[in-house]
Amino acid sequence: MSKYRYSQATAPRWFSLSVFLAFVAVFPAVSPNAYFLNILGFAGIYVLLCTGLNILMGYAGQVSLGHAAFWGLGAYISGVLTAKFGWPPVVALAASVVGTCVVALAVGIPTLRLKGHYLAMATLGVGMIFHTFFVQFADLTGGPSGLVDVPSFSVGSIAIGTTLGNYYFIWAWVAIGLMGALNLSQSRMGRALNAIKGSEIAAECMGVDTYRYKVIIFVLSAAYAAIAGSLYVHSINFVAPATFGFMSSVLLLTMVVVGGIGAFWGPVIGACILSLLPEYLRAYEGLEVLLYGLILVGVMMFMPNGLAPLFSNLRLRFRSVNRAEGGG
Amino acid sequence: MRGEAILSIEGVSKSYGGLTAVSNLSFQVPAAAIKAVIGPNGAGKSTLFNLITGIEAPVSGGIVFDGCHMNGLKPNRRAALGLARTFQTPQIFENMTVLDNVLVGRHLHGKAGLFAALFFTGASRREDLAMRSRGFEVLEKVGLADKAHEEAGDLACGQLKLLEMARALALDPKIVLLDEFAAGLTRQETEHMMTIVRGIRDEGVTVLLVEHDMHLVMNLSDEIVVLNFGEKIGEGTPEEIQKDERVIEVYLGTEV
Repeated sequence: MSKYRYSQATAPRWFSLSVFLAFVAVFPAVSPNAYFLNILGFAGIYVLLCTGLNILMGYAGQVSLGHAAFWGLGAYISGVLTAKFGWPPVVALAASVVGTCVVALAVGIPTLRLKGHYLAMATLGVGMIFHTFFVQFADLTGGPSGLVDVPSFSVGSIAIGTTLGNYYFIWAWVAIGLMGALNLSQSRMGRALNAIKGSEIAAECMGVDTYRYKVIIFVLSAAYAAIAGSLYVHSINFVAPATFGFMSSVLLLTMVVVGGIGAFWGPVIGACILSLLPEYLRAYEGLEVLLYGLILVGVMMFMPNGLAPLFSNLRLRFRSVNRAEGGG
Repeated sequence: MRGEAILSIEGVSKSYGGLTAVSNLSFQVPAAAIKAVIGPNGAGKSTLFNLITGIEAPVSGGIVFDGCHMNGLKPNRRAALGLARTFQTPQIFENMTVLDNVLVGRHLHGKAGLFAALFFTGASRREDLAMRSRGFEVLEKVGLADKAHEEAGDLACGQLKLLEMARALALDPKIVLLDEFAAGLTRQETEHMMTIVRGIRDEGVTVLLVEHDMHLVMNLSDEIVVLNFGEKIGEGTPEEIQKDERVIEVYLGTEV
């Protein structure tokens, strides 16, 4: 029977995702210059970070104010292994994911027993500890001035280190990350996470092992951050601790919230807009920070659910117009 | 006439600071029966439900369900034993569809994990399909199938109660604990709910319910246990309870 088919809910988003990724794939052909492509590569890294954070915060309702720490950890593991120990970048990427997941597990097991504000404070503290670690272990990390001479990505003997190569390599990972998040949101596990966000007691009484799921999803969001970290460090061939401080965690959170927390497209929209916005505000020299702030306040005042609902409303309107024309 | 006890409450006590909510309470629930817990406000009924489902832990005593001592088991482990419940204030997952709410109730019947979720493997696809068709069956049973794809947060009060019932039944439980399912329902909705409750009892599922509506309790229950200040003051069939002088004195009054 047709009503038993589950394609209904997923199909439109699979369609939008395919269109979006196709657009990303052909964009370099029409890109105004290499600089802009570079910015879009970084936007991709933010999309990956925010998608991971959205899985934790938007899908499962668990707050993290220290997410940049896992981004940094991924970047440093990959950077140190390649620059200091001569590992191939692709192997280092895998190692940074594994290493970051192990650390996230060790951090998540005690902190995820906490709820709400307490979890927020704990993750904030964890972020600060990591930041201190990046600064103080100068022998490995290069200290406050950072780690230099990190090699670019290469697969076997094929070097990727051009702007175009980085762009495609980053967005290929983003594509995988987005497909994973979309599948997750429609799965048994995704429903269980959503249930935890809705009512933890009810989820538990339905047989969901809420604590275990929270730990799993915390580790998964850290894995997204680790991939983003590795992509970051091999794209700019340099890493410094200042990139992964508290303000960076707040920026990630802002991107997710402005885009629309819990919505699949939320982190994509938020990350793209907030990474491109400073580039466009640069023209208003001196006022850029003020304008940036005003835009954030404006979005939150008039669109408390973020920008994603705006886009889906447009789609609905477009569809109903189509239907009206088809019917008329 | 009914089966053996599927749930036994054995000398359970619970207190909050100096306040005793449940005091050395013992009673049994026979399999495939409808048993009601009644008593004035503050008699310990909701606490009892939280103790049985594992949301709270007793100070002393134990609860045996289907031959298994449940002390120390987390609520999700108790659900896995076949224990489902609804809540006095519906705990619906409001940002999910009606069907997805029911599918959370079906959670224990699937095993797709993180890998299956991320990569949407063939096995998880088939599992999901089976879950969905069972989800629809349960929604049809309570009469909400036409609302399956609506947001649960948009449902009316009576429909929320039906959805909670459907979600609990999706577990395929051995026992269902219903916490004031008729509160806030119209007379018609209450009748519909009573038909559903009788239906699941007749399928062999045990029902334990807390309810204030005496007309409903007397009509629906096979057995009743009466609490007052956390203590059992009476137990028996509806006929016996209505004649019990102590129960009449503290709770029923002379009107019944």
